Amino acid sequence: MAATPVLFLLGATHRTASLAVREKLSLDDTRAAALSAKLRAMPDVREFTLLNTCNRVELYGVALTPGTIDALHAALCETTGCTPAELNGAGFTRHNHEAIAHLFAVASGLDSQIVGETEILGQVKQAYDAALAQKSTGPVLNRVFQKTFQAAKHIRTTTGIGAGQISIATVAVDLAGRIFGELTTTKVLVVGAGDIGLKTAQAFQSRGAASITVASRTLSNAEAAAAQTGGWAASLADLPELLAAADIVASSTSAPGFVLTRDLVAAAMKRRAARPLFLIDLALPRDVDPAAAELANVFVYNLDDLAKIAETNLAQREAEVARCRAILAERTAALWPQVAQSLNRPAGS
Amino acid sequence: MSSLLTDRSLLWIGALLYLAGFLTGLVALTWRQPRPGLRTILNTLLVGGWGFQMAGLYVRGLAVGGCPLGNTFEIVQFVAWSAMVVYFFVGATLHVTLLGLFTAGYAATLALVSLLVPHWDLTRGLKIFGNNPWIELHAALAVFSYGVFGLLAITSLMHVLQSWNLKHKRLNGLFWFLPSVVQLDQINFRALTLGVLLLTVSLGVGASWWVRDTASVDVPKLTVTISVWAAYLAIGLLRWRARLVAVRFAWVCLVMFLIALLSLGPVNSSRHHQVPLTPHR
Repeated sequence: MAATPVLFLLGATHRTASLAVREKLSLDDTRAAALSAKLRAMPDVREFTLLNTCNRVELYGVALTPGTIDALHAALCETTGCTPAELNGAGFTRHNHEAIAHLFAVASGLDSQIVGETEILGQVKQAYDAALAQKSTGPVLNRVFQKTFQAAKHIRTTTGIGAGQISIATVAVDLAGRIFGELTTTKVLVVGAGDIGLKTAQAFQSRGAASITVASRTLSNAEAAAAQTGGWAASLADLPELLAAADIVASSTSAPGFVLTRDLVAAAMKRRAARPLFLIDLALPRDVDPAAAELANVFVYNLDDLAKIAETNLAQREAEVARCRAILAERTAALWPQVAQSLNRPAGS
Repeated sequence: MSSLLTDRSLLWIGALLYLAGFLTGLVALTWRQPRPGLRTILNTLLVGGWGFQMAGLYVRGLAVGGCPLGNTFEIVQFVAWSAMVVYFFVGATLHVTLLGLFTAGYAATLALVSLLVPHWDLTRGLKIFGNNPWIELHAALAVFSYGVFGLLAITSLMHVLQSWNLKHKRLNGLFWFLPSVVQLDQINFRALTLGVLLLTVSLGVGASWWVRDTASVDVPKLTVTISVWAAYLAIGLLRWRARLVAVRFAWVCLVMFLIALLSLGPVNSSRHHQVPLTPHR
């Protein structure tokens, strides 16, 4: 009696494998092509798709016999240089509806390192497109992946899994939106040429801020940083004028004392009283005098404040995971009988 | 007309629909994701409430033979109705989230309070407009400007709440739904300008008739009305000159509206001969 084909998943992710093992398992284009060639040469592998990101290597496919999984393990070890012991320790396998449930969770961002992130859905789509291009999918995987995209979209639109920003820079951008609305007319001033300040400036740039100015003690540093953000460079000596003209100030100098004192901010506010000023203190020790927050129309947020918001947002996302999993379990249960039927159908029919 | 469809019963239905809209909006705020059809339900409740309120005021207008602005009850109902008009025709173009919810709460409060205070509607002024359509226009514009100032008070309250949230880093609940402080500040200034313009035109029309018969308006009404107009004008000028900005501007607009509302009583009671209203309207 012929064995029933299985839908399988063979993989290792950030949840199961250490960084060292993931480094070994990571597949560049050459290795991915080599693995694909090996899989194609296996008569018992009917369909396959390879999902390869920095946090996961996952091989989805249809095997004619359950024993094929061992051969796939061997092919993966051979291609990556990973030992069988390492792969056994760090890898995992799922079959049939469990494989579908896992793919649903992955595409919906539930299995991501940052829960609810959206990049993974694009990566799953890319993996599927690549498999389509090399004609390694068939009726089973086509159906499973199409349903995966629908499920991920449903999760995004009906739950709070992607709600709230969870990085310091994007939280700051979100807050600026609560103060200014559209950011297209806002002027951003970055004080200090540090990495976190520049990342924040880039986040504002991507939201369409009208202008970005980088001010540093050393003009050459400011010029180099400004080049990265497509902004202007200025000297820190011009801070009073720059402050009066800016709407959003992200400060990240290594100065031991306050760079933006209450008096300096108060003087700037006299010249632009009708417009709010958003001061983002990204430095440790702090650059912005906390007393500046007492001034009318001045909003001061430091690293702790931003981190707290990010943590709250992340906690809210994580609280949504159970609800998302329940929704996906229903969808998996509805899809599995159709997939099982396809699996039992002879190839080519 | 059936006794079930008296002016007051229509106004009750209108007030309860506003309240239903407000409560539905409040419940919706607790949802993690907006549900489809919510906006339609809210708008239906508000438009329905507004329609019933207008029908009630129309029936009252037919009964009294003119614009129903003859006592505190009618004026407060008209102010609530005006705020809704401003929300529908001006507020909708502003795309301000939660403005409908706040306006519904405000209109429901005014309409219900006016219905629950019986003595506001026991008497009304007799022939208060003297069959003069210009005086009627003057009164309608003045009360309509109160509708605009009411909306200004609502957006000012939203501004105060949003600024407080941002200052104190209380970023839960309403915070993520309220508009930005800059947007609210701009709306406040526009609403103030519109309200002052309407009140100026109203007072201009009234003044052109008052000079022909200075005894037609008594001193308390004249003093209070001009004071309210001058105060709003002064606030507008201070804001224009950036002397009164941000949350202070919002607080002043909010307090000023409360004063303007309270002034309606003295203005109404200081004029005209009051006659009792017939029961079973």
